[in-house]
Amino acid sequence: MEKKIRILIGKPGLDGHDRGAKVIAAALRDAGFEVIYTGLHQLSESIVEAAIQEDVDIIGLSILSGAHMTIFPKILDLLKQKNAEHIIVIGGGIIPEEDIKKLLKMGVKRIFTPGAPTNEIVYYIKSIIH
Amino acid sequence: MSKDNWKEKFSKLKERDINFSNLSKIKINPLYTPDDNKDFDYEKDLSYPGEYPFTRGVYPNMYRGRLWTMRQFSGFGTPKDTNNRYKYLLKHGQTGLSVAFDFPTLYGKDSDDPMSLGEVGKCGVAIDTLRDMEILFDGIPLEKISTSMTINPPAAMLLAMYIVVGEKQGVPKEVLTGTIQNDMLKEYQAQKTWIYPPEPSMRIITDILEYCSENVPKWNTISISGYHIREAGSTALQELAFTLANGFTYVDYGINKGLPVDTFAPRLSFFFNSHLDFFEEIAKYRAARRIWAKLMKDKYHAQDPKSYLVRFHTQTAGCSLTAQQPENNIIRTAFQGLAAVLGGTQSLHTNSMDETYALPTEKAVKIALRTQQLIAYETGVPNTIDPLGGSYYVEALTDELEKLTYEYFDKIETLGGVVPAIEKGFFQREISRSAYEYQKALEKKEKYHVGVNIFEEKENVEIELLKIPEEVEIDQNKSLKNVKQERNNSKVKSTLIHLRNAAENGENLMPRILDCVREYATLGEMCGTLKEVFGIYKEPIIF
Repeated sequence: MEKKIRILIGKPGLDGHDRGAKVIAAALRDAGFEVIYTGLHQLSESIVEAAIQEDVDIIGLSILSGAHMTIFPKILDLLKQKNAEHIIVIGGGIIPEEDIKKLLKMGVKRIFTPGAPTNEIVYYIKSIIH
Repeated sequence: MSKDNWKEKFSKLKERDINFSNLSKIKINPLYTPDDNKDFDYEKDLSYPGEYPFTRGVYPNMYRGRLWTMRQFSGFGTPKDTNNRYKYLLKHGQTGLSVAFDFPTLYGKDSDDPMSLGEVGKCGVAIDTLRDMEILFDGIPLEKISTSMTINPPAAMLLAMYIVVGEKQGVPKEVLTGTIQNDMLKEYQAQKTWIYPPEPSMRIITDILEYCSENVPKWNTISISGYHIREAGSTALQELAFTLANGFTYVDYGINKGLPVDTFAPRLSFFFNSHLDFFEEIAKYRAARRIWAKLMKDKYHAQDPKSYLVRFHTQTAGCSLTAQQPENNIIRTAFQGLAAVLGGTQSLHTNSMDETYALPTEKAVKIALRTQQLIAYETGVPNTIDPLGGSYYVEALTDELEKLTYEYFDKIETLGGVVPAIEKGFFQREISRSAYEYQKALEKKEKYHVGVNIFEEKENVEIELLKIPEEVEIDQNKSLKNVKQERNNSKVKSTLIHLRNAAENGENLMPRILDCVREYATLGEMCGTLKEVFGIYKEPIIF
């Protein structure tokens, strides 16, 4: 049997919009993923800590607060510091195209925006992990 | 021609192969007739606008007297940036203000708090002290403009700052008009901005009810909000039922504090969403008015007819906007705005087309405001009151939503009431489930969203977007530092100690908070002081 993909869904910062994160978490769970959801209001440090402890393959960050240009680089940086760069980072939220380009350059693997179907996200993650 | 005859003809004709139901999953019949309103009693079920049970509207004259207030929710960057946007909106015919605060402010944190990193001025305007509020309302006469503030755990502090800004402009608090959201129950259920656990939060809220009924009598003390419940994924029915259940819970707590119901209930106001299903939304507003009036009269024995009124603000559904073909959002929002007006809203915010990308640009927000002005000045819709009253369909739907709402009330009652149901995760689970079911319905194409799962296009979206410069955080922290240097720090300290004591001994917190505000205590200092006494809330994780 194929090993289950382990993903951590994180809500960093003060952003309380958790509809998207929860819908994605439920969809990934139903698609057979091992889903760890951090809950709200997490510091970047604790997200990275949890990702390493839980030995996840991938982190999905949900940011709708406009803080994406601060938080994504911070998470990438912390992963580097902890020698955990093998953990892939993807994200979703209210993020303008211009910023997406910059984030991809920094090393975020993919950003999904409102309207992305959950099956596309499932398919995408499977395709990059296996 | 008989109904049977029509039925027979109808059954022989083809029907489109879709699920004819609304977003609350109520099955929609192909036709409504007097048979669907069999027990209908005009005087009892509808009556006249401004008359019990207020189904047709809360005022006798509705929009024949005065149009709804056009109130665009707005705030970003520094207080100066937002002050400029307010002046722009007022210049273009907006008739009330609505403040959007940034996340640190919403959580009662200062701009220099470690958790605020990257969030300052992003989702709204940053407010740390009275100084920021002075700048925010500079040149805006508070005796003429009503202001709504979307603020919850630190609502008491922001109201206090507003009162003091009024004092400094020479406007006594007795004449100030506006609203604080101050609805913590829906925070635990849906919007998720909290500091303290539910019980101390309810205590602060009842302190505000008491203080305002004596001192700021024209202020709306709670805006009981379905908006965020809906945005978090609920159906229209859940929005209606949970919002009203929350409202009655505030009434219970007010009464338990010893406040006579008619001293505070007239200042409770409501805030609803306007989503995609046009008639469902209209029926929702009508049902809300009738249910609230009935229970306030029969269960709470309020005597003042003002206690029976659901006066409400509406915002079109942010969650219905699409990143794809964003210009379509203008039309989507126009339909939703129209539903709100046909439902008898007292004020309206119409979303801008670019809000799945960022906060709106000046151009986008102007189009959104113009959309309301088109409804008001071109369509003729406001010329008569409750034009859909008596529609077989709308009346049947209103009845159905009312009936189903009472079923939810019973369910909540068996869980011990709203607060215990929050602690058990009931609302959170209901809302998450609806959100997920809706997403699945879209993916299975049982429901359509234009541009998302039907009429999709490969496109490069090119629209102008608002950018919040990174310097905002630096500037805001600089100005906070200056305030801390200029103020009398020993006075700040002593007012904070008095606040702490009041929190411990149960005395009304408002006068103490006003003292802190006058000394330029920061939001973080005041909320931090209360946190030491009240503790913090941890939510059960449910998905």
